[in-house]
Amino acid sequence: MVASQSMTAGAIAANFDTARPTVSKHLQILTECELLAHEQDGREIYYHLNPHKMKEIADFIEPFRATWDKRFNKLESVMKKYKK
Amino acid sequence: MERKTKVHAEEGKQELLITREFDLPLELLFKAHIEPEFIEQWMGTKVLKFEGRKHGGWQFATSDAKGNVVFAAHGVIHEFVPNQKITRTFEMENAPFGVQLEFLEFEKVTDETSKISMQSVYRSVALRDQMLKLGLAFGINMAHNRLQEIVSKLKR
Repeated sequence: MVASQSMTAGAIAANFDTARPTVSKHLQILTECELLAHEQDGREIYYHLNPHKMKEIADFIEPFRATWDKRFNKLESVMKKYKK
Repeated sequence: MERKTKVHAEEGKQELLITREFDLPLELLFKAHIEPEFIEQWMGTKVLKFEGRKHGGWQFATSDAKGNVVFAAHGVIHEFVPNQKITRTFEMENAPFGVQLEFLEFEKVTDETSKISMQSVYRSVALRDQMLKLGLAFGINMAHNRLQEIVSKLKR
């Protein structure tokens, strides 16, 4: 949601069944982790995604994931050959 | 079908979850995890011991072309249910990561496809994060080993 546009906490909360304070708590944590950035506009706070941080986290896991993906691809090809 | 390997590592937690769907019947996916002949092929390591049973143990080691051991790991098996699950410990030798607890769950998706979920629990969040970072080193090492293999074949 916040990837395509800036949204207020109220607008974000309207998309979930969770209580508003729970959504606020999640927004606060995501902001602390720098995954979300916010800007004050009058009385409203608008949240938007911080794509740099998202990428940083994805990059951190990616080599590990790629290692396993390669291993599992190999497993699949080994066992397919055996099946024939 | 989504066949990509997924890694879920929630921030601040001392565990990680790897999931993957295979274009293989459940029995073959399980077989690949318990028969040394197959483990050696896809893990790229030598299987020194594998006792597929409760209270069994396992031991893997990888050597370079000169015979130096570059990777060694071992553990014990706590639970072993054919085509369903393996609960085991995993510890890399000569590495500062300590032991981790692994829950491997095997599931049938269709007659011809299956899924694995591997949950690994580390002693601390810091150790889990170090292990994730090591993925990079592993990836590079594997690529290097492969390169070395190809180059040494060319040399002959």
